[in-house]
Amino acid sequence: MAPRLAAPVSGAVNDTVNDTVHPAARVRGLTREFGGRRVLDGLDLDIGPGEFVAMLGVSGTGKSTLLRAVAGLDRGVTGEIDVPGAVAVAFQEPRLLPWHRVLANVALGLRVPEPETVAHRALGEVGLTDRAQAWPLTLSGGEAQRAALARALVREPGLLLLDEPFSALDALTRIAMHRLVLRLWQRHRPAVLLVTHDVDEALVLADRVLVLAGGRITFSGPVGIPRPRDRDDSGLIELRHELLRQLGVIKEGQLWTERPGFRVPLPPGRAIGWRSRRHWLR
Amino acid sequence: MPEINDVVVPVSAAPAAAAESGAPVPDAAVRLATPAPATTATLAATAAPAAAPRRAASGRPGPRRLVSRGWHRLITPIAVALLWQLVSSTELIPARKLPPPTTVWHTAVSLITTESPAYGTLQGAMLVSLQRMAIGFAFGTVAAIALAIVAGLSRLGENAVDPLLQILRTLPLFGLIPVFIVWFGIGELPKVILIALGAAIPLYLNTFAGIRSVDARLVEAGQVLGLRRTEMIRHVILPGALPQALVGLRQSLGVAWLALVVAEQVNANAGIGFIISQATQFLRNDVILVALLVYAALGLLTDAIA
Repeated sequence: MAPRLAAPVSGAVNDTVNDTVHPAARVRGLTREFGGRRVLDGLDLDIGPGEFVAMLGVSGTGKSTLLRAVAGLDRGVTGEIDVPGAVAVAFQEPRLLPWHRVLANVALGLRVPEPETVAHRALGEVGLTDRAQAWPLTLSGGEAQRAALARALVREPGLLLLDEPFSALDALTRIAMHRLVLRLWQRHRPAVLLVTHDVDEALVLADRVLVLAGGRITFSGPVGIPRPRDRDDSGLIELRHELLRQLGVIKEGQLWTERPGFRVPLPPGRAIGWRSRRHWLR
Repeated sequence: MPEINDVVVPVSAAPAAAAESGAPVPDAAVRLATPAPATTATLAATAAPAAAPRRAASGRPGPRRLVSRGWHRLITPIAVALLWQLVSSTELIPARKLPPPTTVWHTAVSLITTESPAYGTLQGAMLVSLQRMAIGFAFGTVAAIALAIVAGLSRLGENAVDPLLQILRTLPLFGLIPVFIVWFGIGELPKVILIALGAAIPLYLNTFAGIRSVDARLVEAGQVLGLRRTEMIRHVILPGALPQALVGLRQSLGVAWLALVVAEQVNANAGIGFIISQATQFLRNDVILVALLVYAALGLLTDAIA
């Protein structure tokens, strides 16, 4: 185990923090069934104030279900969800109302004096000042997702939920979006729960990475590497392997090369910096 | 080779030709349904360059070709009119059964210029019919939209309203006329109600379906933005249902015209329908044809507006 990974724990994890700090989100015993199939099974989760948490999990493990439950969009869950502050969500698709201009979309439902001014400032933060009067359908994918981010952040949420918001973007736009999200997070300091498929994305962005499997959080590991992070950082490589093992992508003692179907045994005592080429191929 | 080109290209040039000849452009509804004017601009922009190079290749100036294409479309109607004139003026078919176009034209002119005791004037009758149509249509659409909103926004409303409207939908509209006469007499009321009912049903069905098929993802987005119920209806649900509602409005117009024609045949003492029933008694097929052409023109006109 690498020294910088502050002892990540495996197996069934009781992912709770000390009650002295009031968490941004506190989830206890969350259960959700779809037609008799338990997608979430007594899940516990705490997110500290201002903490950036990334959640990984293979398809169908209930990542989005958990996020929707925390956002209050799912009435069918049982358990306890306590989110003291405001919640904002950015979805995989921007979900801007096509019949309102970008500025109106950001200002929609905003309960402050002069919502348009505030919305304008938020658009400035994501670099969309000149697109404020544009129609959403005329925006590029990256612009629309930035507008959606502005719409979420303008509400000054205590908890920002990100449901794979970068997965539909091209590689270059995604890198720019990662930087933007980090900048905005550092400025506004909401707690963030990012649901993603992308191990590298989680490692570059998050304070802590969770793995969801079998309806519970089975792994929780802090990423103790200062930002901005280099993907080839040896600590990240170790953690990446651990996460990929947790996700069942590679077996113990194997090295991930990012080439489909091509796995090499991990040479003893050697850390090899395999650069991910996956994004460039896409 | 221009003839071959004519056969191959008409798709790209047809809308332009229609616009030039004054015919209604079929994408009017699309334009209405699109909230973003930018979309229309994009459509126009993509259509233009496609047409340009072909025009250049034919070696003839563009506008002339478009005008001649407009005339091409008139060839068959004119041919039919000539044939019609021929068979009725040669008495192949008796003029009393099928009056020739020239007679129809003269009849139309005299109906407009002279106030006859049997028919009144054509424009006066048109005004009466239009008024009936407007009142019935207005009542019908307002009721349909109100009911669709009630049914669309809540289960309770749906259970209260939808079964009734579904029953009304299956009732044959014109089969109601005898009952309406008993209930509402033979004045304006039964006519207006028939038009209103005819207009309401398609609009209700489409608006209701439109409200129910609003993108759930946008509704969710509205929920997490903390929209109040009224805000949700105003900003998400009604705009989302609008395209479908406009489809319904177009259908409603069609049914309402039909209802007007039928309603006016029943004991009318004014309007186009009155002219037709008078002319039926006097065996004046030329007058009937004029009245029918007026209906057709009015229908075309409203179709172009909506």
